[in-house]
Amino acid sequence: MTKHMEDAKVVGQRVLNATTRQIDLIAPVIAADAVPGQFVNVQVTKHSAPLLRRPLGVAAVDRENGVLSLIYRILGEATQLLAEACSGDVLSLVGPLGRGFDLQAKQPLFVGGGTGLAPLLYLADAFRARGIVPDVLMGGRTATELFWKDLYEEKAGLLGLTTDDGSLGTQGTVLALLPDMLSAKAYDCVYVCGPAPMMKAVSAAALAAGLPCQVSLEKYMGCGLGACLSCSCQGVGKRLKVCKDGPVFWAQEVAEW
Amino acid sequence: MVKTLYDGRLATDLAGLHMKTPVTTASGTFGFGLEFTDFLDLEKLGAVTVKGTTLAPRAGNKGQRMVETPSGILNCVGLENPGSDYFLETTLPKLRAYDVPVIVNIAASSPEEYGELAAKLDVDGVDAIEINVSCPNVKDGGMAFGTDAASLASVVRQVRANTRKVVITKLSPNVTSITDMARAAEEAGSDALSLINTLLGMKIDIHRQRPVLGNVTGGLSGPAIRPVAVRMVYQVAQATKLPILGMGGICCADDAVEFFLAGASAVAIGTGNFINPAMAETISQGILAYMDAHHIASLRDMIGLALPGR
Repeated sequence: MTKHMEDAKVVGQRVLNATTRQIDLIAPVIAADAVPGQFVNVQVTKHSAPLLRRPLGVAAVDRENGVLSLIYRILGEATQLLAEACSGDVLSLVGPLGRGFDLQAKQPLFVGGGTGLAPLLYLADAFRARGIVPDVLMGGRTATELFWKDLYEEKAGLLGLTTDDGSLGTQGTVLALLPDMLSAKAYDCVYVCGPAPMMKAVSAAALAAGLPCQVSLEKYMGCGLGACLSCSCQGVGKRLKVCKDGPVFWAQEVAEW
Repeated sequence: MVKTLYDGRLATDLAGLHMKTPVTTASGTFGFGLEFTDFLDLEKLGAVTVKGTTLAPRAGNKGQRMVETPSGILNCVGLENPGSDYFLETTLPKLRAYDVPVIVNIAASSPEEYGELAAKLDVDGVDAIEINVSCPNVKDGGMAFGTDAASLASVVRQVRANTRKVVITKLSPNVTSITDMARAAEEAGSDALSLINTLLGMKIDIHRQRPVLGNVTGGLSGPAIRPVAVRMVYQVAQATKLPILGMGGICCADDAVEFFLAGASAVAIGTGNFINPAMAETISQGILAYMDAHHIASLRDMIGLALPGR
């Protein structure tokens, strides 16, 4: 798949919670090619600081209108600048980057947390386009972090919710609800995107239940093209570049979380 | 057609390494070049400088390997690479499909091993060897060779004795006198010099109260180091007769021009490749525009214009 550098016009920003935003950009070239699980590298300023582009997973694609949606948390200087981008501003994107999800499943279960739930949104759209409705298990620290349930309302079948403080859904991490969900239905693949400890634990549970599992890893990236090796990690029998060989891997490929 | 790229106005030379344009890529920031072919035409570069290659494969350092700093980045990748056999069997044949010189950056843990690696890479398709004696991120060798003039000379002599290729020595900026190191490389038989490698630095996570990088310290690159690089090129240009490949935070044609004026015969784009993956190609157009605006016919006329007595 050809990668592109494309100037994209901001068409809107949406406040999802206090620190999370969705930005929509017109990027028809990248939108035409991007598949679920892939990401784009966003240049938030033309100045020399912050210097690096920011990798953000694709949360939705509207091919007809060439619109790409990205969801991000305001964590530092770069994402703060991104949050200040107004409709009409132009940002340079590089993408689509990386290897996305395998969509062979007929009965998929998604497990996610935090902004890991963004690429799973696009994956849900892709499954629905094939007439398949995914079930979704999501976890957060507290109820305000699970604004995601509204975004998934029309996309998911069963929706499992957990919070660390019990303010919404089952108290605990996603692991508190995972065994129940796994035994409730004959899933044929688990898709996980979230913090590394979540992915490690969920993939271990999925594999123990005999289910194939795909994970989307996150590592600090420099180039996003497989050149700088900032994001490389140990795979089974070989080195893996998260930006190029991933970010989506089969759980059995990963040796270092 | 290739011979007349930019009407020959940007042609330059590094001790016999002919370059159609004076722009190459800095080792470690451009992979093996093939990662960037969606964004630029490798044949419109002066040369492709590939990722630091070692005799055997290396996994690199554990933990976080990169962090952003003001107008720069720190990295401690630690020379992760698939090794010289993989390079020769898999990567080099693909690169040979392109009409562009290939500079192979090499690193080793002893002068003898540098020599062995240089001999192994003395093959068709490799046009120059860049000696990496300045990597700050490996314990066995690396910068230790580049910060002591006698050690540096012994490495250069070993490489020189084992290759017919153009030998470029990449200097570390982490020294008191860059000119002493440049002269040591020249006397030991280096054909050209490249500078600068990264500056040793560190960042601390004030919330975790720990160093951010897995290797504690890392090499600083990007626009933040450009003034240091320009100063060192300017000094080295006056201290040796060797042609200089200048680098350090170049992100646009104007940045590159500074290096030519300071005495560099060619430049490399490093961290800039991460920001704009087409930069190494497009910057040549900007250099031409500068030359037109300043009525400079040929790049060679621009080299060293800012040096004393010019």
